[in-house]
Amino acid sequence: MPAKASPLAEKVPAPDREEVLALYRRMLLLRRFEEAAGRVYTEGRIGGFCHLYIGQEAIAVGVHAALDPARDFLVNGYRDHGHALAWGTEPERVMAELYGRASGVTKGKGGSMHMFDAARHNYGGYGIVGGQVPLAVGLAFAQRYRQADGVVVCLFGEAAVNNGSFHESLNMAALWKLPCIFLCENNRYGMGTAIERSSAVTEVWQRGSASAVRGELVDGMDVLAMRDAVARAAAECRPRDGRPVLLEARTYRFRGHSMADPATYRTREEVEQQKKRDPLNVLAEHARAAGLELPRGDLEALEAEVAKRVQAALEAADQAPDPAPEAIWQDVYASPADPALHREI
Amino acid sequence: MPVLNVIQAVNDALRTEMRRDPSVVVMGEDVGRFGGVFRATQGLHDEFGADRVIDTPLAEGGIVGTAVGMALYGLRPVPEIQFADFIFPAMDQIVNEVAKYRYRSGGQYACPMVIRSPYGGGIRGGHYHSQSPEAHFVHTPGLKVVVPSNPYDAKGLLISAIRDPDPVLFFEPKRVYRAAKGEVPEGEYEIPLGQAKVTREGGQVTVLAWGAMWHEADQAVREAAEAGVDCELLDLRSLQPLDVEAIERSVKKTGRAVIVHEAPRTCGFGAELSALIQERCFLSLEAPITRVTGFDTPFPYTLEAEYLPRAPRILRAIREVAAF
Ligand SMILES: Cc1ncc(C[n+]2csc(CCOP(=O)(O)OP(=O)(O)O)c2C)c(N)n1
Ligand SMILES: [Mg+2]
Repeated sequence: MPAKASPLAEKVPAPDREEVLALYRRMLLLRRFEEAAGRVYTEGRIGGFCHLYIGQEAIAVGVHAALDPARDFLVNGYRDHGHALAWGTEPERVMAELYGRASGVTKGKGGSMHMFDAARHNYGGYGIVGGQVPLAVGLAFAQRYRQADGVVVCLFGEAAVNNGSFHESLNMAALWKLPCIFLCENNRYGMGTAIERSSAVTEVWQRGSASAVRGELVDGMDVLAMRDAVARAAAECRPRDGRPVLLEARTYRFRGHSMADPATYRTREEVEQQKKRDPLNVLAEHARAAGLELPRGDLEALEAEVAKRVQAALEAADQAPDPAPEAIWQDVYASPADPALHREI
Repeated sequence: MPVLNVIQAVNDALRTEMRRDPSVVVMGEDVGRFGGVFRATQGLHDEFGADRVIDTPLAEGGIVGTAVGMALYGLRPVPEIQFADFIFPAMDQIVNEVAKYRYRSGGQYACPMVIRSPYGGGIRGGHYHSQSPEAHFVHTPGLKVVVPSNPYDAKGLLISAIRDPDPVLFFEPKRVYRAAKGEVPEGEYEIPLGQAKVTREGGQVTVLAWGAMWHEADQAVREAAEAGVDCELLDLRSLQPLDVEAIERSVKKTGRAVIVHEAPRTCGFGAELSALIQERCFLSLEAPITRVTGFDTPFPYTLEAEYLPRAPRILRAIREVAAF
């Protein structure tokens, strides 16, 4: 891949057995969680919109492996279940939000595109494509302002790169030398439109050049490559005189855009071809090559453990109550007694 | 006569106008090869080609701004904003350019176009796939705002909107996109903008509604009739221009008015209607003008059924107003 080398020769340790297991476990959780979400969606338990992350797990898990939710910040688009889980939010609370339950991360009032977690610096999913990018700039600015040393990672799809907000944001982040990693999850499609049909320049990593933002292409199917690239970018932008970085992670969504998408705009062969680079297999191959092959028994135990976790999330969501009608009036203003709140039932 | 749903009627109107007038072009996210996320532009790409059914990047401000330039040079663009909730990134272009071009250029230029967009709740879309932003645009002089409730009106109004010399926001009720079916004539016909339709005559309470809410209001007035309250129901169809004479005529007859809309209450279009009614019908009023609306909160995912003004809530208001 024509990646541009980072100016920093940051040393990233090779994985040991423990880490490989941890990465695999996390990716498997995302995968099985989303498969379950897709299943219950078709049963009508989840309503509205539901965009699955299946195929892109290496990105969320790689980001998490390189950063620290206690110190760093996450701003996301709407394909956000995977990042919430990777960043450590309990599957019960993510699933409950999909179900629209009171125990969900936004108390059931948001649904699929609104996975926030203040305890882990997750500033949420965002349903307006591109709208989240400037927010990351503001968070990064606040880091400098408060002399904190967090790095903000901002996720978006390749379709968002054609939106003005992306370019406005990169300019500001570069101008002010902010600790911001702009991470494009390029899965080649924005809904039914392939990147070649929407973008004059399809090498997303080059599209920060107008603002002199260094770009780098990363294999988004390889969790180790993701972990390394994000770690390098973080090391580059974190210091006070550091600069923002644009990472393009090439990936693929194995399912349709949303649960409602029959995905008629791409061929079965193309999808099958991409599935050969399933991020779970890519990691397994890495492990094998490094002589860390995971014994069959270990993998089976992992599967069982993850299946149990997902099942528990489903059951908890199923049994949780819907928000009370009273909840409509909560969180509009800071105080429910504020006269700006016009209550009318 | 063929029976169509609202999407098919919209599609039919677009096709009819594109066949008639080569300056009509359709543009938007996935409107071409894919046929639109709601299938409103299905088949147009095949019939008219990629030059006239234009797949755009995800860039609402750019889509509308580009349409302005096209319109200035005599094309008749019909940009689609995939959901009304995504119209806000294009707000600057619509409010500051589209609406003001004629005025700003001293009448030398104009940018007639029709911005189509599905609006409203009822599909569990939550915050960003449910909003009803019509009032923002009625509040912007220079624009027209049309909201059909059924297939027949959707086709006739869309044809009129495309032929109109001024820019039109055309909000389509996505909740009843497929559910509302009806006979739609083949070929071209126009329904003039600014004519309300009295869909039920009655003497006791005037009910005003548009778009998806007309269906809830219709159910409520039927139930009201069973309960002995005789309502007159108006489908406004066009909010700007507004058929204020039809409203005045009806309220002077009934002395009572209930206004229904999904958008939040405060500064919703109901507030304007209420003001107009009291200005024009003050001496005829027998009861306070009553609004049944979405609440003054963001649009919730789970509590959508509570949020939307459904028939029982409308019926309650009708009864209260009738008994006042
Ligand atoms: C401002 C705005 N316009 C349009 C949409 C509708 N929409 C949602 S996702 C999407 C495609 C986004 O593609 P991409 O950014 O590549 O993300 P991916 O779905 O591939 O993860 C579109 C057009 C939206 N949510 N917001
Ligand atoms: Mg994409």
